[in-house]
Amino acid sequence: MKPGIVLFPGINRERDMAIALERAFGHAPRIVWHTETDLGELDLLVLPGGFSYGDYLRCGAMAAQTPVMGAVRAHAERGGYVLGVCNGFQILTEAGLLPGALLRNAGLRFISADCHLRVERTDTAFTAQWQQGAVFRAPMAHGDGNYFADTATLDRLEGENLVAFRYVTARGEVTPEANRNGSARSIAGIFSPNLRVLGLMPHPEDLVDKLLGGEDGAPLFASLAAA
Amino acid sequence: MKAVVTVMLKDGVLDPQGKAIGQALAGLGFAGVGEVRAGKVIELELAETDPTRARATAEAMARRLLANTVIESFRVQVEPA
Repeated sequence: MKPGIVLFPGINRERDMAIALERAFGHAPRIVWHTETDLGELDLLVLPGGFSYGDYLRCGAMAAQTPVMGAVRAHAERGGYVLGVCNGFQILTEAGLLPGALLRNAGLRFISADCHLRVERTDTAFTAQWQQGAVFRAPMAHGDGNYFADTATLDRLEGENLVAFRYVTARGEVTPEANRNGSARSIAGIFSPNLRVLGLMPHPEDLVDKLLGGEDGAPLFASLAAA
Repeated sequence: MKAVVTVMLKDGVLDPQGKAIGQALAGLGFAGVGEVRAGKVIELELAETDPTRARATAEAMARRLLANTVIESFRVQVEPA
């Protein structure tokens, strides 16, 4: 699988993402600029975190309208893989590639802290290297990570088993305290119906090296490299 | 024409910013303030001179970019520039 990173002005987590991808895939990802529309032979498009277009208007709103997003949409419609992390997740919801929206954190504060995520299903290209129900640590760093969708959409996501990760305690329990940004039903990440598009707020790519405190996020990239 | 687009979070969408403003007003001693909602106002200067067409254009802009209709509602007022 050939990975590429889609880069918008104001994105600042692309280097972390490139390191995580290169470790897992054995070669560096192609960097795709926001004006490009030819994605060539890429199989996986990654939208990393940051502050595209200064978070003006709404997080991800401007990036969702760029030329490259037309190509990302076409790629997704062909069944290509897309991963959006943090601002990347916000961009995917703004572009309509994933349902719902990311609101201001319930406590209004930017949260920079580790959280624990529970893997809700492992029969996907993104999560195959985890055990069902596995709990892993991931750093989060966002001001707008409060997942929102109307009740019908939330029911559909749960009914179709499209919740990828939930905020939980270290022991894997869903509690209000573990859900620090106030996300609906403790949802941290969701899949598209064909399981080829994943968006999540926390940063697994920032925990792929023992020197940085752990490798909890590595299975995401190992899963993709093996898919 | 000038178009003024007001964007607000939909009813039922938690507005922590509005809540914080309400609490601050109460802390300042302003009594009798109920729910507070915070939104955005976007003013557009349009070359269009026909009010009906100006409104339609501004509404299209709101649906496409200015508002996220998953979480926000909008209203458009048109006035002479």
